[in-house]
Amino acid sequence: MASIKELTHKPDTLAPGHRLCGGCGASMAVRQVLMGVPDDCQPVVGCATGCLEVSTTIYPYDSWEVPFVHNAFENSAATVSGVEAAFKGMQRAGKIPADKKFKFVAFGGDGGTYDIGLQSLSGAMERGHDMVYVCYDNGAYMNTGIQRSSATPKGAWATTSEVGKEEQGKPQVRKDLTSIIAAHGVPYVAQSTVGHWKDLVAKAEKAFSVDGPAFLNILSPCPRGWRIGSDQTAIICRLAVDTKFWPLFEVENGVWKLTPVKEKNQKPLEDFLKPQGRFKHLFKPENAHLLEEMQADVDAYWAYLEGRVEGSKDATSPIE
Amino acid sequence: MTTTKPFSATGNQMVAEAMRQADPDVMAAYPITPQTTIVENYAKYVANGLVNTEFVTVESEHSAMSACVGAAAAGARVATATASQGLALMWEELFIAAGMRLPIVMANANRALSAPINIHGDHSDVMGARDTGWILMFAETAQEAYDNTVISFPIAEHPDVQLPVMTTLDGFITSHAMERCVMEDDETVAKFVGEYTPVNGLLTSTEPIGAGMFANGDSYMKSRLMLRRAIQESLPIIERVGKAWAAECGRPFDLVDAWECDDAELVVVVLGSAAGNVRHIARQLRAEGKKVGVVRPRVYRPFPVQQIVEACKSAKAVAIMDRADSIGGQYGPLAVDVMSALYAAGKNVPMHNYIFGLGGNDLTNELVSQVFGDLEKLAAGTLATGGLSYLGMQEAEGAQNEWLA
Amino acid sequence: MKMPDLATFEDWAPEDFPKGYICQAGTSKEYITGGWRSMRPVWDPEACTNCMMCWIVCPDTSILVADEKMTGIDYDHCKGCGVCVHECRFGALEFIREDEAEVA
Repeated sequence: MASIKELTHKPDTLAPGHRLCGGCGASMAVRQVLMGVPDDCQPVVGCATGCLEVSTTIYPYDSWEVPFVHNAFENSAATVSGVEAAFKGMQRAGKIPADKKFKFVAFGGDGGTYDIGLQSLSGAMERGHDMVYVCYDNGAYMNTGIQRSSATPKGAWATTSEVGKEEQGKPQVRKDLTSIIAAHGVPYVAQSTVGHWKDLVAKAEKAFSVDGPAFLNILSPCPRGWRIGSDQTAIICRLAVDTKFWPLFEVENGVWKLTPVKEKNQKPLEDFLKPQGRFKHLFKPENAHLLEEMQADVDAYWAYLEGRVEGSKDATSPIE
Repeated sequence: MTTTKPFSATGNQMVAEAMRQADPDVMAAYPITPQTTIVENYAKYVANGLVNTEFVTVESEHSAMSACVGAAAAGARVATATASQGLALMWEELFIAAGMRLPIVMANANRALSAPINIHGDHSDVMGARDTGWILMFAETAQEAYDNTVISFPIAEHPDVQLPVMTTLDGFITSHAMERCVMEDDETVAKFVGEYTPVNGLLTSTEPIGAGMFANGDSYMKSRLMLRRAIQESLPIIERVGKAWAAECGRPFDLVDAWECDDAELVVVVLGSAAGNVRHIARQLRAEGKKVGVVRPRVYRPFPVQQIVEACKSAKAVAIMDRADSIGGQYGPLAVDVMSALYAAGKNVPMHNYIFGLGGNDLTNELVSQVFGDLEKLAAGTLATGGLSYLGMQEAEGAQNEWLA
Repeated sequence: MKMPDLATFEDWAPEDFPKGYICQAGTSKEYITGGWRSMRPVWDPEACTNCMMCWIVCPDTSILVADEKMTGIDYDHCKGCGVCVHECRFGALEFIREDEAEVA
């Protein structure tokens, strides 16, 4: 892949002047993902309703330097599948030059992807559109004010999974969306974070290089919702990976690859939770069992991924 | 121009043929009764290479219209079809398609809405779309469903219009019944609908553009005002395109089909396939020397106010027949439109609103005769104005007590 | 596609808007977010090795780069989040209070 200095030659895709909060992970995800678009291709972006969309499109101030379309909340995958279908139909009809190359990208937050947009995403993946779907996962409905989504981690405080006498944040474990999309048998699926640019840009390049649908699930911290300082966005991503809360993995043509955490970097889950105000109730003595459960969940998920890696070593793509 | 020999076809077949002839770049659709055979026929055209269309077999109607919005924003000619619950599921997308000024053409096989679930024809579904900013047309026959679909493309794509068009046909009555039809040859239609040149397409603009932006302050209201103006100003363009097609194919086009209205004193206003039933009785009454007329708006949005007023100029009593109800409101949707048009024009005559044919309930000759009988009473002053009745289930009474008491 | 002058946006007549509320790309550069800052990253060109680690994480595309070298910080848009400061391993970015920076 390109070196970081080479990447600086890429045209900017997201102009400054957007209204995302300071330290927002979503705009970091956009910039790094679009760095993976080949130089000879024009990216065309669709975006679900949410922080990213609202903050980058306040008329007449468009932050996108590339063709952009927002439709609604639950349908960025369906919308971009329409754009991609238009490209195919129009190029076949000679309305778009035969040598013109586009890359179609859909962005959605975890609410727009894991929850309300899951059907639209599943449909687009199943139909095989040549598009990259990017979930900027910040683990809650941040745009409406930190409500829990199915991506919210177990134990996290949110404004609809409150902390009180009877409840200690969200009781359910988060949905494993990346595996769900992998189960569609699409050519490329990966997880990364906005604090691991090298991993993320490399995965974005792969996603854009495949013929057919690809899916990137990117941990994109929300300082406001996670109750961390705006300067902590990249740092907390590294803690998410080093504690194995957010494993870096990819599924390429059915083969699962998991990026191990170097032994010297390995940390207990608490190191990821403690800096975040949304988990502070977990550190009360009476909630110690919750921390234990969450650590066990993390270990079990890691073991599950190792099993997928082992089990798919000799796999051939179900779509080949 | 070559018109085929007459053949028998369903409305859905005719819609599918018109769409094939317009050859959209993208069709994104999902099956639903009674629209299904439009999509099935189109799938056959795709399978046999008869169209260039990229056929997107989406997983829901919401995604169907979402994909249509994406494709139209990209700069493509786009078509789809739906009905009933499917149209209801698209509801939010209908507003978006119109607000973004996207010339999508959609056929709707008009069908009742749940609950209770019912697959038969009425206008409950399409009336939910009347305030969305879509141009709405009602076909009376399979032939008209074809003609309306053909003209929808150049209307929607006209640079001064740039609005989505819904061309509707009554579920089963028109969508599935076989009728005597003709069609023009492919070349004639292709020439008539022309090539679509998008004003602003994501994939065709030389400079990148953003679509679906966020509106703060009063720019939202300014944008809605422009939408209102656009659909109002589309009326003469719809008429021009319709008349041009009429000249091409020899079948008449009027925004409002005003049957025997020049001297009509007793006027029925009705949409869609039921107009034929009403004219059948009206013809008998004319033969008896009664001055009756039948007004059928072929275009319902934008509402052809002047044409309605003109058609009712001799009326002494007006019956408005709605195949949908606005439950909780005073009258059905068509009645509200007609009454407003006449009142604003200073035409104050006795009126009665009938709700009929819901869920495919038959409109019999007896029921139509009952409407004309009531009209005579209205004109004579023996039936008070302002009533609403479920035709065949309630006797007509004057000014509804529950509303005016 | 051309839009009227953005500075007069509030006074645009309804018909001044492009059909369908279409927008020119990249116009948000004209919107100043630098006023949001309470903290300011200050760049020391002497200490900078042009590793670009600050550039790649900046959420506001506010690290200015030309010919593979950092040239400054776009204070019209930098919101002072401080993400860049932690990425710099060479002490080339100092994080100071905005009111102190204004005095200086």
